[in-house]
Amino acid sequence: MARKVSILIVDDEDSVRDSLYNWFIEDGYRVECAEDAKKALSILETEEFDIVLADIKMPGMDGLEMLKRIKAIRKDSIVIIMTAFATVNTAVQALKDGAYDYVTKPFDPDDLSHLIRNASKQILLSEENEKLKEKVVSLENMEDLIGQSEAMQQVLREIESVSQSNASVIITGESGTGKELVARAIHANSPRRFFPMVCVHCGALSESLLESELFGHEKGAFTGAVYNRKGRFEMADSGTIFLDEIATISSKMQVELLRVLETRSFVRVGGHKEISSDFRVICATNRNLRQMVDSGEFREDLYYRLNVVNITVPPLRERTDDIPLLVNHFIKKFCVAMNKPLVTIDNAALKVLEEYSFPGNIRELENMIERAIVVGNGKKISVKDLPVTEGVAGNTFESLTDLEKNHITQILNKYSWNISAAAKALQVDRVTLYNKIKKYDLKPAK
Amino acid sequence: MKQKSIVLISFGYFEKELLEQVARDVEKEFLLPTLTREGHIDLSDFYDAARRQYNGNLLLKLIDTQFGAGTHKTLALFNIDLFIPILTYIFGQAYLNGQTGIASAFRLRNEHYGLKPNESLLKERFRKEVIHELGHAFGLIHCHNTQCVMRSSTYVEDIDQKSHRLCENCRNQITNSTK
Ligand SMILES: Nc1ncnc2c1ncn2[C@@H]1O[C@H](COP(=O)(O)OP(=O)(O)O)[C@@H](O)[C@H]1O
Ligand SMILES: [Mg+2]
Ligand SMILES: [Zn+2]
Ligand SMILES: [Zn+2]
Repeated sequence: MARKVSILIVDDEDSVRDSLYNWFIEDGYRVECAEDAKKALSILETEEFDIVLADIKMPGMDGLEMLKRIKAIRKDSIVIIMTAFATVNTAVQALKDGAYDYVTKPFDPDDLSHLIRNASKQILLSEENEKLKEKVVSLENMEDLIGQSEAMQQVLREIESVSQSNASVIITGESGTGKELVARAIHANSPRRFFPMVCVHCGALSESLLESELFGHEKGAFTGAVYNRKGRFEMADSGTIFLDEIATISSKMQVELLRVLETRSFVRVGGHKEISSDFRVICATNRNLRQMVDSGEFREDLYYRLNVVNITVPPLRERTDDIPLLVNHFIKKFCVAMNKPLVTIDNAALKVLEEYSFPGNIRELENMIERAIVVGNGKKISVKDLPVTEGVAGNTFESLTDLEKNHITQILNKYSWNISAAAKALQVDRVTLYNKIKKYDLKPAK
Repeated sequence: MKQKSIVLISFGYFEKELLEQVARDVEKEFLLPTLTREGHIDLSDFYDAARRQYNGNLLLKLIDTQFGAGTHKTLALFNIDLFIPILTYIFGQAYLNGQTGIASAFRLRNEHYGLKPNESLLKERFRKEVIHELGHAFGLIHCHNTQCVMRSSTYVEDIDQKSHRLCENCRNQITNSTK
């Protein structure tokens, strides 16, 4: 982030100042407090603050009067007014006098952080816009996205160029190639990065669950809906929503999704009120959506809405140059996680990896390295620690993981990949089963 | 001051197994021996009858006077609905770069939101919350990395989106400060 945003809190109550002080310090802001308007104005004479958060009712000079004086000194300063009870009149007056917004005590933590983040986004953006004119954007938060190969560098360039815009993006690539990571990189480099990126794994949810997950529900919408609940689109307000496995959604959901994308608003399940939300959509799929449009499985209008930009993540076998880097990255990751000294890998083992086809892509490589660290001698990964050579028999499973993977595959095949039936037989819920399928990258036999 | 250990004190009922598991996760994250034990305080002093919630500021102050001295970080664990005067609720809080913090499982339960109980989700959220508050006690502020446990979460679903681990950046900051 560019720099610390500064906040001045003005309130006559100790406990309010203390609480807010703690909250904002934890959030990484520079914070100062004043117990009355006079003190605040004198602080503001010598120091600039990005945001002033002021109580409306204080002994001596009240918040409204202080607001006017602050605005007289610096017209563009952001002042947020706190009211103890929603006295609409005074709050409206405050807005007329140039307050950025007002909040009613006590606030919802979610609302407070949203409000402050919005304000700081505005401040930082106007500063950044100045700088952007000369400076080339360099990608932030990319430490986890490894790749020096030309193919991956191309993907990084594409990420960089789309991240500043609001365009919808479809990320296409085989399972395990890093689509979700690419989505995160886009979000982390976009102006929306101060707001959440909300992920929805569409493939893991039934139609009705997906509906209430995406749009939220009102109390009493169905049995079990005892409270109102925000949906993912609502949570992604000002941020990004990532729809993974978009090709799996039903035709009914395709229609609903199209409507939301067109209007940027929706109604909670069982509700009446239109709720609007400002989100950016990023989707991922391992299918060829164009083909699905041609065969009538996916709506063409929705496809065009989503596919403003397309990023294709190449399979690992087409960027074998990256394998040594990735191997080192994962060795470091798992050794640190397992609290072990770093291991190395011998040349023969590396060669085996470079020649392997990796149907499960980076996820498969990642799992392999994790396993190799667990089963290996703790110093060097060698060929025998890798499950890719001919010598390893296909049906003797040493690790629990392999056993689990094999068992799940068998049960899935037994029930012809009917997920509900298989989940029942395995005595787990559907989501768990989906997660396992994803983890092991299982696919129905053709 | 160099930290020697971390202590998790449970006030109210927690399954032993859950606490032990969380302690092991904490140990892994901060690389310090982590102990669990039970504590007892009269919570009625902290109950705000008008809000029907417990005052997290007063509670943290008490925890800090009782356990704030010494070379270990202490996190007090509760099962009650916490608030601070200005906010409708909090999951927990800690003194930034201090010795103590508090965390509650109360609002981490699905039941609180009218959803089906889910023990494993609760455990997952709880360990994230515990590690998060300890992170503050170790001087970490909120992190923008979407996977990092130090990412700010004001909503339970926000907690579900992140992992229970510190990102490399945050981890380095702790290692540098505890050296
Ligand atoms: N370029 C990369 N560098 C480092 N790790 C990667 C890279 N691409 C993918 N991974 C890792 O591989 C795993 C699978 O990535 P993911 O984004 O979930 O794939 P997909 O969404 O395409 O199935 C994740 O653990 C991710 O962190
Ligand atoms: Mg994925
Ligand atoms: Zn926090
Ligand atoms: Zn972090």
